[in-house]
Amino acid sequence: MRLVRLAILASALLTSLAGTTHAQTTLRIGLAEDPDILDPSIGRTYVGRIVFSAFCDKLFDIDEKLNIVPQLALSHETSADGKEMTIKLRPNVKFHDGEPLDAEAAKFSLERHMTMPTSFRKSELASVDHVEVVDPLTIKLVLKTPYSPLIAQLTDRSGMMVSPKAAKEAGDKFGLNPVCAGPYKFVERVQQDRMVFEKFADYWNKDNIHIDRVVFLPIVDATVRLANLKSGGLDLIERVLATDIKDVRADSRLVLSTAPELGYLGLTINVGNDKAKGPLSQSAKVRQALDLSIDREALNQVVFNGEFTPGNQWVSPTHPYYQKAFPVRGRDIAKAKALLKEAGVTAPVTVDYMIPKGAENEAVAQVIQSMAAEAGFDIKIRAVEFATTFKQAQAGEFQVFQINWSGRIDPDGNSYIFMRSKAPQNDGVYSNPEADKLMEDGRMTSNVEARKAIYEKLTKILLDDLPIIYIYHRKLLIAHTKKLEGYRQMPDGLVRVVGLKFK
Amino acid sequence: MLNFLARRIAQIVPTLFFVSVLIFSLQQLLPGDPALVMAGEERDPAVIEQIRQQYKLDQPIPVQYVYWLKGVLTGNFGESLRNKMPVRELIAQKLPVTLQLGSMAILIAFCIGIPAGIVSAVKKGTAWDYGANLFALWGISTPNFWLGILLIFLFSIHLGWLPASGYVPLTENWRASLAATIMPAFVLGNAISAILMRHTRSAMLQVLESDYVRTARAKGLSERSVILKHAMRNALTPIITLGALELGTLLSGAVLTEQIFSIPGFGKLIVDAVFNRDYAVVQGVVLVTATVYITLNLVADVAYVLVNPRLRG
Repeated sequence: MRLVRLAILASALLTSLAGTTHAQTTLRIGLAEDPDILDPSIGRTYVGRIVFSAFCDKLFDIDEKLNIVPQLALSHETSADGKEMTIKLRPNVKFHDGEPLDAEAAKFSLERHMTMPTSFRKSELASVDHVEVVDPLTIKLVLKTPYSPLIAQLTDRSGMMVSPKAAKEAGDKFGLNPVCAGPYKFVERVQQDRMVFEKFADYWNKDNIHIDRVVFLPIVDATVRLANLKSGGLDLIERVLATDIKDVRADSRLVLSTAPELGYLGLTINVGNDKAKGPLSQSAKVRQALDLSIDREALNQVVFNGEFTPGNQWVSPTHPYYQKAFPVRGRDIAKAKALLKEAGVTAPVTVDYMIPKGAENEAVAQVIQSMAAEAGFDIKIRAVEFATTFKQAQAGEFQVFQINWSGRIDPDGNSYIFMRSKAPQNDGVYSNPEADKLMEDGRMTSNVEARKAIYEKLTKILLDDLPIIYIYHRKLLIAHTKKLEGYRQMPDGLVRVVGLKFK
Repeated sequence: MLNFLARRIAQIVPTLFFVSVLIFSLQQLLPGDPALVMAGEERDPAVIEQIRQQYKLDQPIPVQYVYWLKGVLTGNFGESLRNKMPVRELIAQKLPVTLQLGSMAILIAFCIGIPAGIVSAVKKGTAWDYGANLFALWGISTPNFWLGILLIFLFSIHLGWLPASGYVPLTENWRASLAATIMPAFVLGNAISAILMRHTRSAMLQVLESDYVRTARAKGLSERSVILKHAMRNALTPIITLGALELGTLLSGAVLTEQIFSIPGFGKLIVDAVFNRDYAVVQGVVLVTATVYITLNLVADVAYVLVNPRLRG
């Protein structure tokens, strides 16, 4: 009897503790990590970009189909020689501190990205020689050489505008109290706990802001993140696990929002820096054999319940720049074996296969291992801690490196830095003068059709050489409660808060 | 007593120095270059070089250590590499959170462990004893993270009584604060209560068999008075020491528990710092943890002397 009474008392106490119901004026977003500093010039993390999109508008944005659309700018025009870009700014835009966003402020922000000693935007804006003020609402970017991906850079951190007054005062501590021109303004941040933003009354697009506050809560464990969404502690979570898709779909209170990612999972082959001079590095035929031994669709079914998209190029099959002339090839063990024979190697071909630690990576590697074994590859999987993989990749201590790339809006961001000779992330040290030339050409023209034609030639070369074997493209998985309306998933994975409302 | 205290306090300084050197060198053994970690996905050599210079990572390790030590001696623990917050501020922000969690956990542990230990000793060989032992075995062998997730499923998702994770400061809203910390505190306290129960039980059993307890019973004292007034006081001495030491264990236990419940405390601070190779933060946190641990040891020694007059010199 006393036990029963005690239990009733305890449950009553717990319920009374929980009696903090939210009147829905706050949007609570669960993040997979705690972002780094909230300064668009210094920020380096993907998760940070999700937070930026709530308070730091950019010159341009993208839509669902990857078209570039105006945000703080109204329009842009590139000169015939491709060396000047004129940008017209939206009138009557204010920063959170009341300062006007005019041509001078835009010039300041761009120059801050380009010259601040601690800025990480320097390489993104390296093509810009200088910025000129044409009139109070027009700026001109004068380029060193034509560079078509520039406009795409301006849809991200490089295009974010900061209040010159606040930035000058705070210096490199600006990110502790950022002042931008986005829909919400910064209120407070408790490291590893929460970031709070409130509605900015003078926002240029304020009619589309229906929620008073946005709070970002980093919750690292994906299971706990989902548990919070289910229990009503959060309204939206990013990076749902592929293994939880079923669970989310089965819950009538939740909505799963998906979009194909901009990136890919690829196998970087150590073509030019393999000290052991393994067969994969010596012959394209061996690489083609490995490629043919993999059944991408089966892998997708086994590991991801068929939710992802098999792929063979650096953009996904739904991307405007995907080369339809080169579809994903089916598995062909006989041909793979024949290619190995032609290359003059005897099976089994031993391969040092590096992956970053993690259940998903390991599952993918194991499936590839067993598939490739049938063609005569003996894959030795080596799971290494994430931070260490980069070090070993740069040192060339791998034969295959299975790695995700989050992807960029412009196709150049998925190809150049990985396959251009001596490019910063060309870990496999691939070098082909013909491919180099095409990658450079792709940067020179802004004409979509002309670029597609260039990339078609490039794709043909790369699919023969196979410095990277592309396997699949993930899906961006965002879950939110049914109460939240108006959510649209953009291919960059970021969460747009404009237009959201509670039922 | 004073002599004893002075000697113990004098030992602290060299111990802390040794700990700091050890941590600094151990960190260098961590695989992965902090500059590469910070650069993240984009590994532009120019960017990496810039990071190295910015954070003096290009200097020899002893030079880096001297830089750090100089700062510490002037009360400056440096700046977080990741978010530019002063490490001192980060620690000041996180320590109260973990202390709250730890105090709640130890309270829960004492409230469960000691009565359970007494009951199982007094009712030795009965169903009560077996029940308490079963509970202890369960408590010791249940992994923190597993129990944590089970509790979240039960109380947050299924019953909807408690928030699944997060933290609210006590000063802001004590109800919400208790609601947010009760589950992690229970997870932490549960394991300790099991250990306390086992120790209380054996200490009580020993005391209950001693002569003076028999005398007390022979005097005709009530069983209640014999157990609570006479036996328990003596049995508690080793338990207090153990409790104080377990408080130190809480700091390390908090690492996992805070991660699961997303409690922005000390444990989470150090885990994230290690993964991000945020050296300055790791250093600061370890130094503070070591200080806390050493102080707790000292407190345990002093408490022991206070409770047991025979040890007073």
